[in-house]
Amino acid sequence: MALDRWVAFVILCAALAYGYAAFFTMDASLPPFMKRNPIWPSTFPKVLCVMAVITSLFILLGFEKAAETGKKPDIDYRRLGDYHLVHALLLIGLMVAYALCLRPLGFLFSTFAFLAIGAFVLGERKFHILIPVAALASGTVWYLVDQVLGIFLRPWPMFF
Amino acid sequence: MLEGLMIGLGAAFSIQNLLMVVAGCLIGTFIGMLPGLGPMSIIAIMIPVAITIGDPSAALILLAGVYYGAIFGGSTSSILLNAPGVAGTVATSFDGYPMARKGQAGKALTVAAIASFGGGTIGAVLLMVFAPMLSTVALLFHSAEYFALMVVGLSAIAAFAGTGNVAKATLMTLVGLIMATVGEGALFNMPRFTMGLMDLQSGFSFITLAMAMFALPEALFLVLNPARAAQGDSGKIENLRITREEGRKIAPVIGRQSLQGFFIGVLPGAGATIASFLGYAVERNIASKEDQAEFGQGSIKGLAAPESANNAACTGSFVPLLTLGIPGSGTTAILLGALIALNVTPGPRLMIDNPQIFWAVIISMYIGNLVLLILNLPLIPYIAKVLTIPRNYLIPFILFFTLMGSYIGQNNATELLILVGMGLAATVLKFADYPLAPLLIGFILGGMLEDNFSRSMQLYDGISFIVDRPMTLGLLVTAVLLVVIPSYRARRAKARRDGVAEGD
Repeated sequence: MALDRWVAFVILCAALAYGYAAFFTMDASLPPFMKRNPIWPSTFPKVLCVMAVITSLFILLGFEKAAETGKKPDIDYRRLGDYHLVHALLLIGLMVAYALCLRPLGFLFSTFAFLAIGAFVLGERKFHILIPVAALASGTVWYLVDQVLGIFLRPWPMFF
Repeated sequence: MLEGLMIGLGAAFSIQNLLMVVAGCLIGTFIGMLPGLGPMSIIAIMIPVAITIGDPSAALILLAGVYYGAIFGGSTSSILLNAPGVAGTVATSFDGYPMARKGQAGKALTVAAIASFGGGTIGAVLLMVFAPMLSTVALLFHSAEYFALMVVGLSAIAAFAGTGNVAKATLMTLVGLIMATVGEGALFNMPRFTMGLMDLQSGFSFITLAMAMFALPEALFLVLNPARAAQGDSGKIENLRITREEGRKIAPVIGRQSLQGFFIGVLPGAGATIASFLGYAVERNIASKEDQAEFGQGSIKGLAAPESANNAACTGSFVPLLTLGIPGSGTTAILLGALIALNVTPGPRLMIDNPQIFWAVIISMYIGNLVLLILNLPLIPYIAKVLTIPRNYLIPFILFFTLMGSYIGQNNATELLILVGMGLAATVLKFADYPLAPLLIGFILGGMLEDNFSRSMQLYDGISFIVDRPMTLGLLVTAVLLVVIPSYRARRAKARRDGVAEGD
């Protein structure tokens, strides 16, 4: 089964769960006076759920054939291994680490580390350029955001 | 209209707003030149900055400047590298790149700049004429018609997604609408679909979603496939002049394509991309025999046509945004989200309640076009140096700015995890050839759509408003036809050339 149909299947399951909530569980908590309204909080979700189920089934069962364009896609997911998959995964991991470290380790250090390690992962080895660039960039961005725009960013680690 | 112009001139010519235009155009050109970063990602990244400015007209002026700049920057990389940064400038590379290879890069850039200027300026004049007219009509609309109009807009966007993609685009729109129902709505005052999580109480953040849909997948694609970021040294760009005869040759092309591009841009779903391809095709068909042979080999007509069309279409896409409050493209959807965040609701009342915003934006379009022509063109040889930034540095910075944009908006580190998660989901959707812009547009329109729907249900005590109001019924029938006819025809016509699915 092609990836687009798998995606349709996942969306179908999500839409069914959403529909279950809209049709069966949501209305229970509705205050009695609101039951006389022509529209309930669950009305619109019910409509959406039915339409989403129909559309995803339409794709899942393959009623619509994509026109053969002969156009080569940017990235063929069937040959994902041929691309720089490791780089991409490492960078995603790095982003997650950044999200977890931003508060405890402070903005300046986390950003510096993110930029430096990110470039290192991608194959940059000229440290005499990389380290000043990363340091300068994190300092400048912190200055612009915290001092100029006035949005608080904790610059140093928590224990300072 | 004259009075409005005066208000606009007064607002746009403040030092702050002039700086905004210049800054927006420069930033847009700079980033738009980088292959793989479209105007949607750039505007998404710029939104937190725009929101912190606080003044809605300044913010919209900045973002509009970025939008123009990005389209202009995209054409620069199309011409110099044959690597369009933006789908709307793909057609530019058909004739722009051959010209650059013949050593006429400077001339090609000048033609592109003049054509963009023409398209943008004529577009702004048309916007000034048509937007007030349309908004007078729109004042007659009730919530029932608004509801129907939004349905038409959403289905038009799905319908223009291209053959074989209508169902996918429709599904994406529905997913966006579903995501918009999460959280606490204003109308009911009860949390919905939050699964008991506090983080979902206020719903998904629009900035995070915009970043996750556009900026992150594009950056990840650049990592996966380095060939996308074609690198090259931009070489020497000299001899920016064009002759009088060449000017005479492209003038009618610019005039025709500005008009056509503008009206294509007004239609929801058909933006700069379709306008530029159509403009190129039309000009090739009506050109004389010897001119026709030159198309694709470096014809200045073939370069001027898509360039004026895409800029005029960008301006045209502001018409439904400013008069109806309904965005016709991903980019204007992001602008709409930014405006709502600044407590301005675009729509027919905008011109009455906040005339200074409306007119300042229009005036800033003229200024923006002038800035692009006067300031950017001479600077292009220097700005083009950005193309030589090594990708090892570029990608971590793009990722960092994506994270930053989402963090500044919420000041919440959990938001970053949501961003990464949704970015991964968006990348998978992109692999599977699902268009992402409809999702974001559905998400942004979702709240308004439900509000208007609920209001009409309450006014008419039921669903009867659909039958009672002929205009509503007519619009809804149009919406159904828009979705059904293309998929019906797609099943009939087996092989047909695919249009460009998304991009502006």
